[in-house]
Amino acid sequence: MTAPSYTRADFQTDQEVRWCPGCGDYTILASVQQFLAGLGRPREEFVFVSGIGCASRFPYYMNTYGMHSIHGRAPAIASGIVATNPNLSVWVITGDGDALSIGGNHLIHVLRRNVNMKILLFNNQIYGLTKGQYSPTSEAGKTTKSSPYGSIDYPFNPVSLALGAEATFVARTLDMDRNHTQSLLQAAYEHEGSAFIEIYQNCNVFNDKAFIQLTGKEERVHNRIDLEDGKPVVFDEGAKAVVLRDGQATIVDSSTVDPGAILVHDSTRPDPAIAFALSRLSHGPYGPTPLGIFRNVSRPTYESQLNAQVEAAKEKRGEGDLAALIASQGTWTVKDPSSNGG
Amino acid sequence: MADEIATAEPPTTAKTETLDKVVIRFAGDSGDGMQVAGSRFTDASALFGNDLATLPSFPAEIRAPAGTLPGVSSFQVQIADFDILTAGDEPDCLVAMNPAALKKNLKDLRQGGTLVINTNAFDERNLAKAGYDSNPIEDGTLEGFRVIEVPMDELTQEAVKNTGVSGRSVLRSKNFFALGLLAWLFHRPTEPTIEWARKKFARTPEVAEANVAAFQAGYTFGEATEAAKITFEVKPAALQPGTYTNINGNMALAWGLIAASQLSGLPLFYGTYPITPASDILHELARHKHFGVRTFQAEDEIAGVGSAIGAAFAGSLAVTGSSGPGIALKSEAISMAFMMELPLIVVNVQRAGPSTGMPTKPEQSDLLFSLYGRHGESPIPVLAIASPSDAFELTIEAARIAVKYMTPVLLLSDNQVANGSEPWMLPDVSSLDPIDVAFAKHANGRNGTFLPYMRDIDTFARPWALPGTPGLEHRIGGLEKEAITGNVSYDPANHQLMTDSRAWKVANIVNDIPDLEVAGDEDADILVLGWGSTFGSIRAAARRVRLEGGKVATVHLRHLNPMPQNLGDLLHRYEKVLIPELNTGQLRKVIRAEYLVDAKGLNKIAGEPFKISEITEKIVEMTK
Repeated sequence: MTAPSYTRADFQTDQEVRWCPGCGDYTILASVQQFLAGLGRPREEFVFVSGIGCASRFPYYMNTYGMHSIHGRAPAIASGIVATNPNLSVWVITGDGDALSIGGNHLIHVLRRNVNMKILLFNNQIYGLTKGQYSPTSEAGKTTKSSPYGSIDYPFNPVSLALGAEATFVARTLDMDRNHTQSLLQAAYEHEGSAFIEIYQNCNVFNDKAFIQLTGKEERVHNRIDLEDGKPVVFDEGAKAVVLRDGQATIVDSSTVDPGAILVHDSTRPDPAIAFALSRLSHGPYGPTPLGIFRNVSRPTYESQLNAQVEAAKEKRGEGDLAALIASQGTWTVKDPSSNGG
Repeated sequence: MADEIATAEPPTTAKTETLDKVVIRFAGDSGDGMQVAGSRFTDASALFGNDLATLPSFPAEIRAPAGTLPGVSSFQVQIADFDILTAGDEPDCLVAMNPAALKKNLKDLRQGGTLVINTNAFDERNLAKAGYDSNPIEDGTLEGFRVIEVPMDELTQEAVKNTGVSGRSVLRSKNFFALGLLAWLFHRPTEPTIEWARKKFARTPEVAEANVAAFQAGYTFGEATEAAKITFEVKPAALQPGTYTNINGNMALAWGLIAASQLSGLPLFYGTYPITPASDILHELARHKHFGVRTFQAEDEIAGVGSAIGAAFAGSLAVTGSSGPGIALKSEAISMAFMMELPLIVVNVQRAGPSTGMPTKPEQSDLLFSLYGRHGESPIPVLAIASPSDAFELTIEAARIAVKYMTPVLLLSDNQVANGSEPWMLPDVSSLDPIDVAFAKHANGRNGTFLPYMRDIDTFARPWALPGTPGLEHRIGGLEKEAITGNVSYDPANHQLMTDSRAWKVANIVNDIPDLEVAGDEDADILVLGWGSTFGSIRAAARRVRLEGGKVATVHLRHLNPMPQNLGDLLHRYEKVLIPELNTGQLRKVIRAEYLVDAKGLNKIAGEPFKISEITEKIVEMTK
C-alpha cells in the first residue's frame, strides 16, 4: 500500500477557526497540520484530545479524530484511547492552566507511566478564555484582573516539572519558529512513549510580548540557547557558554573557560539530572532560555506492557472461557426437584 | 425434636437436633481471621447443599487497636434447608474470640442460643479494653445462653506445636480451631476446609499444616468435650435443580462485565481508583487478563472515568467503578459522556455517607444522586442490583443498554450486595443473548461525509465510529453540538432539540425493559415496593406475613431510570404502598412526584440492613 499524499489542506476542517486575530495558536496549528501532511500516514490514525481553554479548541480544526473534553483531563482520556488501540497516533493539546493547574495530577502521572502520546502544552502564561487571570506559569508579582496587587503565586517551570516526573521526552519550542517546532514534532512523533513539548505561545490580547526576549530580532540573539545533541551549549553568537559547577548549570563568558569545560548536550543521558540543571537556567522567558530537546530516553511504554500482560495471560491460560470462570469457585449440583418446607 | 445420631457419623455421644435453618456469627478482633472463618464455614455449607446468605461486618481500619470494641470484625451466615433470602435477624450461635467481640455482639444473640467463647482472651487487660468491670463468664451475664467455654489459645498452641510455625504465627491458627469446633457442632463436611487451607497456603506448607491441625483439634475438642451435649444439623436445601456456586456481589459484577465483553465482542476496559467497598471488582478483573481485560488503576477517580471515556471512544466496553465519594468526583465526566453520547458503565457500590461516612457499612443513599446528581439536563439510565447473584445478569443488562443506546449507564450496588453472598445457579453461558454492536464503517451523509449525530430511527442512538476507520474522521466534545453534523452550535432551537433528543433517547428505553411482576398476593391491600439490596428482607418479611395469614404484594425495581412501563398502574392498583429503604425516603420522593401516589416509607440509616421483623411489623401495622 502506498502512503497517502497529503497537503496541509487535507488536515483542515470546514470549521471557522475562532482564535483572536494574531494569536500564536494559528501558527502552531499550521505547523502541526503541515507536519502531519508530510508524514504520509493515514489521516484516520490520528486522534487529537484536548481539555478546556483557548488551546483546547484545536481538535475542532484538525480533520482527524478528535475530542474536546473536560478541563485538565485530556491525558487521562488519551490514556484510555491508547490502552484500547495502541496503533493510533494520539496527541494531547493543552494549555498552562489546563495542564498545570486543574490537570496537574494527570500530567505527571501520564508522564511517569510513559503512555504513548504527544503532549503539546501551549504556554502563554495567562488565562485567555476566562479573560486574563494569572496562570500557574505567570511570573510572580504579575498584575491581572484576579491579582490587582500582584500575583503571590510562585510559578511552575513546565520543563522542570516534566523532568521531575521522569518524562522520557521533554522539549521546548516557540510558536513563531515553525521550523524549530516541526523538528521537535518529528522527534516527539518518533519517540516511543510520552513526549512533552512546551510551546511558548503569545497571547496578544492578555499577555502580549511575553516571549519578546526569545522572539524579538535584537533580543533573541542574546537569549536563545539552542540545545543540540553532540554540540557544546553556547549562545549569543558564541560569546556565552554553559558549564556545570557544583551540580548546577551556569552561564559564563566563553572566553573565560577552557572550551573542553563547556557542557556538551546529550538528551539521551539516562539520568535526568543534567537535563534538569539545564531547565533551571531560566525560570520563564525573561533572559537566556534553553530551547530544544532536554531529554529523550527509552523506557517501555505503558500500553506495550499492558498488552504484553494480556498476551502472556492468554498464552499461559488460553483464551478466557466464561463457563469455566463462573464455575471456578467450587460448585455443587442439585439433582432432584422436590418441594421444600419453606 | 432431637434424634439419636446415626452410627455412620463420627464417634460422639452428643445428640443431634435437626433444624430447618440456623444463623451463626463469628466475631473477634479484626486480626483474628473471622472473615476467613466465616467464609470457609459458608463454602463448606454451600458444597454440602444448604441454601445460605451471608453478611460480613468489619471496621474500616485495617488493624484497629487489638482487643477494643472498634476493632471487632464479624461474619454472619444463615444456612437453611429451604430457599432463604437474608443472612437472618439474630444469631442462634455466636463465636466470641475476645471480650470486645462478646460485648458488641451478645445483645443480638437469640435467648437460649449457643455461645462459643475463647476463655483465654478473657484476662483483665482485655476485659478492661472491652469495658467490662467483671468477667461476664463468671458474673451471670451469660445466663440464659448455652455457653461452650474453650481455652482456644492453649489448645491451638498445643495442636500446632509440631507443624513448624512459631512465635506470633502460632495463634494465627485459632480461627481454624473455632472453625473446626463449629464444623463438628453443625455437622459440616471437613474436606473442603482442609483442601482450601492446603491450597491457599501452598507456598508456606507449615502454615497450611498448622491451620489443618488447629481445625482438626477444634473438631476433636467438640467430640471429646462434655460441654457440648447437642449438635445441630441442617439438611441440604431442595433448590431448583442445577449447578450452583456461592458468590458475592462484587465477584458476580466482575464476572458480569467479563460476560458482557464476551457477548459483545468488545474488549473490556476498567478504569478506576481503589475505594471501599468497590475495590474487589478491580481485584477480580485484574486476575482475568486472558479474557482480554485491561484494568487501569488511575491516579484518581476523575482519571478513572476519564480513561474509560477515552476507551469507549476507541471501542472498548468501558467501565469505571467507585463508591459515593468517588462517583461525586466523576460527576462532571459522566455528564460529558452523556453529552458526547458514548457508551459507559459507571458502577457505584454504595456505602453509608455522606462524605467518608461509614465505608464498610451498607446504605442506599445515593439514589437521588444517581438520578439527578449531575449538572445540566443529563438523565442517564440507572439500574440497581437486588442481590449478590443478581449482579451478573444486571451488569450484562447495563452493558446492553449502554452500547445499544450510546449512553452512560449507572449501575448501583451496595455494601450488602457487594460483600454478602448466596448460592447462584450457574447460567448456561451459551444461552446468554449476544449484545449486538454495529460500528459505523461507511459515510452516512451526502458526498461521502460522516454525520456523527445522525440518529438511529428506532433507538435514537448516534453511530459509534472508531478512530482508525477511514473516512469517518470526526470530532466530539462537551460543547453543545448541532443535530446531525455534530458541529459546535449555540443555536437556541438546536439546544432545545438536542436536550429533548438526549432525554427522549433515554426515556424511550422503557420500551426495551421488562414489565414488573408482582410477587405474592395480587389481591392484597398493600404493595411493598423496593429497590436494591432490600430485596431479600422485603421478600422474607412478606413470606412471614403470609405465614401468619396476612396478604401482601411485593414488586422490586431493578430499572430506576426509566422505570418499567407498568409501574404506575401497579401503584394505583393497591390501597396502600410501602417503600422500605436504607435512606430517608429517596425512592418514595420520586414515586410521589412522578406517580402522585401517597406512598409510606420505612426508613433506616443505621449502617446495617433491615431486620425481617422490622419490615414485617410495618406491614402488619399498615394493614391492621
